[in-house]
Amino acid sequence: MELISPTDLAKEKVLIVQDYVQFCMQAVANFFRKPLYFADMVQQSDTIGVGSLPIVLLTGFFTGAVLALQAANTLERFGSINLIGELVSTSMVRELGPVLTSLMVAGRNSSGMASELGSMVVTEQIDAMRALGTDPMKKLVTPRVAATVFMLFFLAIISDLVGLTGGLMVAKVLLNLDARQYWSNAWETLVFQDILMGLIKPVLFGFIIATIGCFYGMKTSGGTQGVGRATTQAMVASSVLILVFDFFVTRFLMAVLAYH
Amino acid sequence: MYAPTLPLDSAAVTTKEDSSPAILFENVVLSFPGNEVLRGVSFRLARGETKAIFGVAGSGKSLILKLAMGLIRPDSGRIIVLGQDVTQMREEDLFELRGKIGMVFQESALFDSLSVRENVAYRLMGVHSIYNEEIDHRVREALRFVELEKTLDLDPAELSGGMRRRVAIARALITQPELLLYDSPTGGLDPVTSNTIIELIVKRRDVNKTSALLVTHRLQDAFTMATHQFDPQINHLVALPPGQHCDVPMSFLILRDGKVIFDGDLHQLARTQDEYIKEYIS
Repeated sequence: MELISPTDLAKEKVLIVQDYVQFCMQAVANFFRKPLYFADMVQQSDTIGVGSLPIVLLTGFFTGAVLALQAANTLERFGSINLIGELVSTSMVRELGPVLTSLMVAGRNSSGMASELGSMVVTEQIDAMRALGTDPMKKLVTPRVAATVFMLFFLAIISDLVGLTGGLMVAKVLLNLDARQYWSNAWETLVFQDILMGLIKPVLFGFIIATIGCFYGMKTSGGTQGVGRATTQAMVASSVLILVFDFFVTRFLMAVLAYH
Repeated sequence: MYAPTLPLDSAAVTTKEDSSPAILFENVVLSFPGNEVLRGVSFRLARGETKAIFGVAGSGKSLILKLAMGLIRPDSGRIIVLGQDVTQMREEDLFELRGKIGMVFQESALFDSLSVRENVAYRLMGVHSIYNEEIDHRVREALRFVELEKTLDLDPAELSGGMRRRVAIARALITQPELLLYDSPTGGLDPVTSNTIIELIVKRRDVNKTSALLVTHRLQDAFTMATHQFDPQINHLVALPPGQHCDVPMSFLILRDGKVIFDGDLHQLARTQDEYIKEYIS
């Protein structure tokens, strides 16, 4: 294995970040340039949004359920088991709904985009597209970014809802709590800042998922082995970036919204 | 290696010079980290002429086509294509120029997610002034040219390698381009399919007078093109007597170590004294 000097490694990483930032800027700028491939956006919304719905429903439901189960144990010690609705609600809406949904969508779609676009690169389909007078950034990247951002917003809302339902099932069936009280607590504890935070995150994470997937796909080199590498890198990078950005966005929004 | 007999007794013919070449390369240099691929490549392709580019694997033949198409940019030098300097043009401006150029890629590069019809019609689909009926007509016409009209509704995955290559040619021809770039159109194909494709390329050259750059490893294909003409009456290639080879607008370019070591017609190639070229074509 060839050793690389720390300086070269650092330069390489900085160059990748620079390329990624330029790539993102171009993807966003294309929203304001014609042609806009609306049909491709709808098709991608179907693939990314509707296609991801089963895993989002399953993840959301069982996350809410296990959250209720774990919280019940602790809350019972303090005689506050009735607060289970509040705990599940705030956890799901602020944090777990957007983050887990994003991680699921990243696993399914970021890697999917990287492998699809990477295969197109190594089989010269991207070059052919350019040769046929189409900008691959406009045709392939921008619709995927738009579709992921748009659909993840709604997927996160659905995940929140089924997560709360999962919590309700545990509260009602296993803990014998009153369903009406659970919903009442879950609803009343939510404030505007919770909802806003829960809706801003999926938009940002959707952008990360799509741009990372497309970036690694479009930069693929080295044949089929390169496609495999790009797929793995896209999956890992998007998942890590979601978790890192989650921390900073949470901190930022807490400060901006004067929210504790 | 098989090589057709070269007409050594024929008179040498100078390549026809056009004041406005289809392609002009001037001292083009292209390098990748640790590898200088093209080191000052210069040549011109006259209008209506077909030039076959030879060279060992990795000599930069395909890169010349991509440079001409503006898909990659050289480190230095000038590339004029249909009167425009592609090295100075922005990507957005290149799209218009590319509308006048058809390119057949090495592995066909058909879009997997689209049918044969959609692949061939790709260039026309975004044009608002062309109705579906017109698109359908032109797609059928292009597929008829490559004798694959029946594959209209198939997916690329259902086609053989030779059929994919012919569909790629149909896709390149749909807009009646002024310039065609063929990247190893017969590579990896059986002799019968290769001959069919060569016939299509010659047909395009002789019937439509389209300028073309052809990258190939198969010397016999280029020699066939230089010694035959397409006869529209019988819809077939006919061999020309040695004295008439000068009528064929066909030339050869050979690359070695990133430089052009030969650029001329069949007669000049046959009379070369360069040992490397002699060995290459023997």
